[in-house]
Formats: sequence, C-alpha cells, structure tokens
Amino acid sequence: MNLLEIRNMKKTFDELEVITDISLNVKKGEVVSIIGPSGSGKSTLLRCATMLEKMDGGEMSYLGEKAAWEEETPEGKKVVYAPKQDLKRISRYFGLVFQNFNLFPHYTVLKNIIDAPVSVDKVPKKEAIGRAEKLLERLGLSDKTDAYPYQLSGGQQQRVSIARALALQPQILFFDEPTSALDPELTGEVLKVIKQLASEHMTMIIVTHEMQFAREVSDRIVFMEGGVIVQEGTPDEIFTSENARVREFIGKFGS
Amino acid sequence: MPVSMILKQLGSGMIVSIEIFFLTLLFALPLGLIVSFGRMSKNSLLRGFVKIYIAIMRGTPLMLQLIVVYFAPYYVLGIKIAQSYRFVATIIAFSINYAAYFAEIYRAGIESIPVGQYEAAKVLGYNKVQTFFKIIMPQVIKRILPPVTNETITLVKDTSLAFVIAVTEMFTIAKQISAKEANVMPLMVAGVFYFIFNYLVAFFMEYLEKKTSYYK
Repeated sequence: MNLLEIRNMKKTFDELEVITDISLNVKKGEVVSIIGPSGSGKSTLLRCATMLEKMDGGEMSYLGEKAAWEEETPEGKKVVYAPKQDLKRISRYFGLVFQNFNLFPHYTVLKNIIDAPVSVDKVPKKEAIGRAEKLLERLGLSDKTDAYPYQLSGGQQQRVSIARALALQPQILFFDEPTSALDPELTGEVLKVIKQLASEHMTMIIVTHEMQFAREVSDRIVFMEGGVIVQEGTPDEIFTSENARVREFIGKFGS
Repeated sequence: MPVSMILKQLGSGMIVSIEIFFLTLLFALPLGLIVSFGRMSKNSLLRGFVKIYIAIMRGTPLMLQLIVVYFAPYYVLGIKIAQSYRFVATIIAFSINYAAYFAEIYRAGIESIPVGQYEAAKVLGYNKVQTFFKIIMPQVIKRILPPVTNETITLVKDTSLAFVIAVTEMFTIAKQISAKEANVMPLMVAGVFYFIFNYLVAFFMEYLEKKTSYYK
C-alpha cells in the first residue's frame, strides 16, 4: 500500500502557479529525494503535503485515507479537505523537519521532545520520557537532555528537531532542506542521522540540495522544475539522465 | 508640620493610589490581550473598530477620559451619579485606557514570534489554544516585559489624575495640605512616595526579566 498518494496537485499563490500538476506515490520504507532549482515548487509541495498550505487542485491520501479531494461546485472544481477529526488523525501519520529547526526556545531538549506526545497524544509522561531518552541516545544527544536550544549547535538543534518529530512515531517523515541552514561540518552530522533512519527503513521524503547525499540515501529521486516533475527514477537513472535540463542541474552541483 | 504628621494625613490617599494602581493592572492586562486579538482579527470590521478605540484612548488625555466616563451616565443616560461611582469610574477609565496601550504591546510581541513556531506546533498536532498558551505566550511575555515596565511606571504616576473627578488619592491630599499650610513639604513627600513605589515596580519587573532569561 502507498503511505502517501498525491494526484494532480495544484497550488497557486495570487495568480502565480507554483505547483502545476504533481502526482507522487510513496511506499512504506521508501526514501524519496526531491531535487530541483529554487522556486521549482519543492518546498510548496512539502508544505501542501503536510497541510501547512491548502492545495487548489488534485487529491491526497495517507495510508489510503483521503485527506483532500476535488468536488464539483457551481463555481467549478474545488478542493475539499476531510472533516477536522479525520484530518487530526491523518496528520498523525506524518512528521516534518524544518530548514530552520523551529525548536521551542523556552523548552529544554527533553521538553521539546516529550511535550507533543504528552499534551497532544496523551502518552503517559514516563513513557514519553523513556521514548525521548532512547531517541536522544540514537541521535547521540544523551548529554543534551536538559540543555536549551540556544546552547546547541545548528546540527545538534536539527537532530533534536528530528527526535521531536520521531517521538510522535510518524509513518512518514518529511524533511524540508534539513541542512540548508548548516555549515558543511554540521551538515555531515545531520545527513548521517538521516542515513541511519534510512537504514532502519523509515519512510522519508527529503527536499534537498545535497546531490551526493540524495544519490546515496534515496530509493528514488524526483527532479522538479516549474511546478512539475521533470523526471523521476532511481538515483542512477537521474544521475545518468538523458534529459538536458536534469543533466545541466546535476552537473552544476558537481557530483 | 513634621514629616510623620504629613505621612499620617497622606496615608489614606496612598491606599487609594495603590488601589487604583493594582485594580487597573488587574483589569487592563487581560483586557489588553482581548483588545490585541481584536486588533489582529481577520474580520476587518472588528479590526477597524478596535483601531478607532485604540486611537481615541491614545489620542486624547486620560484626564478627559476620566471626566467622560464619570459624567457619561448622567449626561447620556440620565442616571443620577452615586458618590461611590467616582472610584468605579476611575478604575473603568484607567483600565480601558491602559488596555489600549497594553494591546499594542501584546500585538508587537505576538507579531514578533516567527511563523515557524506556529507551523512547528501545527505539524506536531497542538491545537490553537495549546499553541497560544504553551508555545507563543511564554515567548511573548519575555519579549514584552521591558515595554510593560514602562507602562506600569507611567501608571503609578498617572494615578494622580484621579483628582479630576475628586477621588481623594494621595496627590490630591498632598496639594490640599500644601495649600493650607503654605508649605511645599507635603508635595515633596508625595514625590518620594511615587519614587519609592516605582523603584519597587522596577525591582519586581527586573526580577521577572531575570526569571525569563534562562533561554534566548
């Protein structure tokens, strides 16, 4: 079964069409990287998939449950979203890691990780702490439990935000340029964690500019430009693409 | 007239001044939050209405507002004004005036929180109330403490305006004694009272700032 199914997604911001027509299926355990030039709609795709933005056309479902679909109205086709209760449940299927971490600065590392499980999912506090401690150990942050985000490096902050997302035990994890705010050294430690998750068969969709990383970690790479998917395929297919635009883009990044 | 005598006579006025101060904060701080929500509302009618309210509160003298609030029941509604209404009118006028200032401070604080905080909270499943009270408000409070301190200090001194509707707060009494005795000493004592009061206010606010300085 597909964990995520997107069919003919469209998104416009005040007349400006950012996503023209995107269809994407992601299976359990798959790692999909989305690459492409700035302004190609990659982040918008992620923001629509995580429902931070409302799409204007198409349909989307998680684990076969419809989150949004098109309906005929007197004014033409319109996207309707599932009722609030259903959306709440569907939202539990995915997590999102932001480019700028967006940790809560007034919470310690531990509180950042356990607060959503405890106050949203009603997980007993003890259990949430146990989960958090295991995650922190896996991500090499055991000694940072009581630190505040400002006391951490960017790479550590991003690892905490990955732990925060994982603490809710999502089926699928989205990454929106997780290393774009980091220097090369810190980028390495975050990419290592994502690779580790990939080896544990975490389903992930990663928007990234790290070409070599995308090549190594992905089962599939999607090349986007101008709000459409130009090409998708295995890393080898993309890196040996015949498509002139894909070649040019990848060539610029120097693999 | 010895200072101890002056202090004794000013005593009841000091209590009134302190009452005005605390009651105004008690009502204006939460009311300001509600006003700031109106000011940031998506409903343009409500937003416009609140904008006019803030403009009037900030654009006219508090002294005039005290007079309007005190006399409005009689001149507009024809209700006979009870003696006890003087103090109530003072609290109403101060509260709606300070709420306007606090509302703009809250708004500045709320709008300064990065949108990423809301987005992170949304993706983690927090509802709107949780997001506001657990994630946004604690960060807002930290940021707005310095301007709130400013307003609070101004409020201490503004309590003296209540004399305009004959509420016998401390400064009113100080002036009366001063005029009767032809001596500036009572006014000086009043000045020292305001200074000490504000010193304590500043001390307490600094303590709050320190308490919220555990993160950046």
